[in-house]
Amino acid sequence: MGGWAIAIHGGAGVDPNLPSQRQEQAKQLLTRCLNLGISALRSSLPAIDVVELVVRELESDPFFNSGRGSALTEKGTVEMEASIMDGAGRRCGAVSGITTVKNPVSLARLVMDKSPHSYLAFSGAEEFAHQQGVETVNNEYFITEDNVGMLKLAKEAKSILYDYRVPETCSAVVENQWQMNGMPLALYAPETVGCVVVDSEGRCAAATSTGGLMNKMTGRIGDSPLIGSGTYACDVCAVSCTGEGEAIIRSTLARDVAAVMEYKGLGLQEAVEYVVTERLDQGKAGLIAVSRNGEVACRFNCVGMFRGYATEDGSMEVRIW
Amino acid sequence: MGWAIALHGGAGDIPLTLPPERREPREAALRRCLEIGVAALKAGQPSLDVVELVVRELENCPHFNAGKGSVLASNGTVEMEACIMDGTKKCGAVSGLTTVVNPISLARLVMEKTPHIYLAFDGAEAFAREQGVETVDRSHFVTLENVERLTQAKEANRVQIDYTQPMPKELAKQTIVVDGDSKVGTVGCVAVDKNGNIATATSTGGLVNKMVGRIGDTPIIGAGTYANSLCAVSATGKGESIIRNTVARDVAALMEYKGLSLKEAAAYVVEECAPEGTTGLVAVSAKGEVTMPFNTTGMFRACATEDGYTEIGIWPSV
Repeated sequence: MGGWAIAIHGGAGVDPNLPSQRQEQAKQLLTRCLNLGISALRSSLPAIDVVELVVRELESDPFFNSGRGSALTEKGTVEMEASIMDGAGRRCGAVSGITTVKNPVSLARLVMDKSPHSYLAFSGAEEFAHQQGVETVNNEYFITEDNVGMLKLAKEAKSILYDYRVPETCSAVVENQWQMNGMPLALYAPETVGCVVVDSEGRCAAATSTGGLMNKMTGRIGDSPLIGSGTYACDVCAVSCTGEGEAIIRSTLARDVAAVMEYKGLGLQEAVEYVVTERLDQGKAGLIAVSRNGEVACRFNCVGMFRGYATEDGSMEVRIW
Repeated sequence: MGWAIALHGGAGDIPLTLPPERREPREAALRRCLEIGVAALKAGQPSLDVVELVVRELENCPHFNAGKGSVLASNGTVEMEACIMDGTKKCGAVSGLTTVVNPISLARLVMEKTPHIYLAFDGAEAFAREQGVETVDRSHFVTLENVERLTQAKEANRVQIDYTQPMPKELAKQTIVVDGDSKVGTVGCVAVDKNGNIATATSTGGLVNKMVGRIGDTPIIGAGTYANSLCAVSATGKGESIIRNTVARDVAALMEYKGLSLKEAAAYVVEECAPEGTTGLVAVSAKGEVTMPFNTTGMFRACATEDGYTEIGIWPSV
């Protein structure tokens, strides 16, 4: 064991009817981001820099639910959140309610490095971004046509679901019986992104970024920016989660992987297995994790998870199912 | 077995020289809130109702850093946050409140009336109005003491953690003499009712002179607030430290994964995991045990159990 390792994800909970063209696109994007991370690791960039770099790439691409391409709030706007954690010293940074910052994960990093705090949100976070001179754009930049369409369907599905409680009588899209967060997977768009890395010095780091839940109430904060829920890193491991945010929060999923390793002495694989099968109760979610020994693990209890991983000894994989 | 309750009004560098006019109102408030909580438990109220009730009282009390009496952010306003959780892991949290009289009650509404766990800032304020909770002009929450604290913090150009940090000697001396009371704390309450149901609630105005939009440990499940079937925890101290140490979750995790008792788990987290001077907490177990450890100079606290034990204190009991 030992050596660097990297894992990335683009969300847990994938519509089994996802057209193969979309599946191909997803795999290409994951492969590209993974390769970016691998090059960075080969040039000895520290874990904390690698996770930021990779998540920036995932945010900039409109495919997944982060940065550009984020899910829309009930008002049709974008409110993004992200967090980053450096296992060495367990320094962390997080942001929520981001509406103009092009790369929320980088703002989270600045909160960690350049502010006396760990978590900034909404107008205060935007003000900080302005002071720091990060790249900002109009909220429209983040909104894609796809998501505008999705929001419309989600609103229809929600009103129908609540009125009739019979999903099968809705439109064709809603006929899909796979559900997460009470909504058909086709509309749910849970594709939060994340990256975990252990570098060749054994330092672990994690970062997660998302637009959140489609049709969420404005001001709703999910698991992604919450240290211990969506993101966690310490001496021993680094974890990034995705799925039903509320379930991940209740189960403090990311922290539990590390806690079970630290307090029960489980190895990474066992810890990840245990936490996903025993800690989520009815919740649907997935996670990626690396250990300081260069191991990598991934587990999800729902249908599919966009993911990829690579280790120094040459193994590399990109998968959806 | 049996009911138990513990509450706190903040942990930090509370000087032993705290003058009586600063100490007595807080002790009296702790006593009053404890009595309210105990009466509710004796009357058979569920622990979730009890912790909300007690924290509402603490929020309404201007001597603590929650609700009225909240410390001020750098722009001179309050931004309040709160969190509530029960042993079934249902939870609710709010941040960035400026007009809601009782943030803890809004957190409870988020838990019970929305599909979400956490609402913040404008979205939370809008939700408050939809729910018809009591809101007031933001000036209601501002107290003269807090305006003074903010002024001092700005002069010293520092973000004041609930209680003073290690500072240059002259400054420290000056602060203790001139403002022996620049320290105010987050509030919280944990309880187990006669049916063994547990709950926790925490509420705060955050840090003096904090950046607008700064969120601390209080509303972060697992950091300042956590409950599961084993125990309920509410933490206080330096928010940034409590977040990285996932304090509240770790107490429960140690009980669960290492088989430690409530007292052992809480002591371990406060003594071994949290740096000196950063953390205090109150916790109860489903079995009716209670513990209130802290690694700061003091922590405003009070507890009571069904078998008659009562404690109200500020500094370590001798």
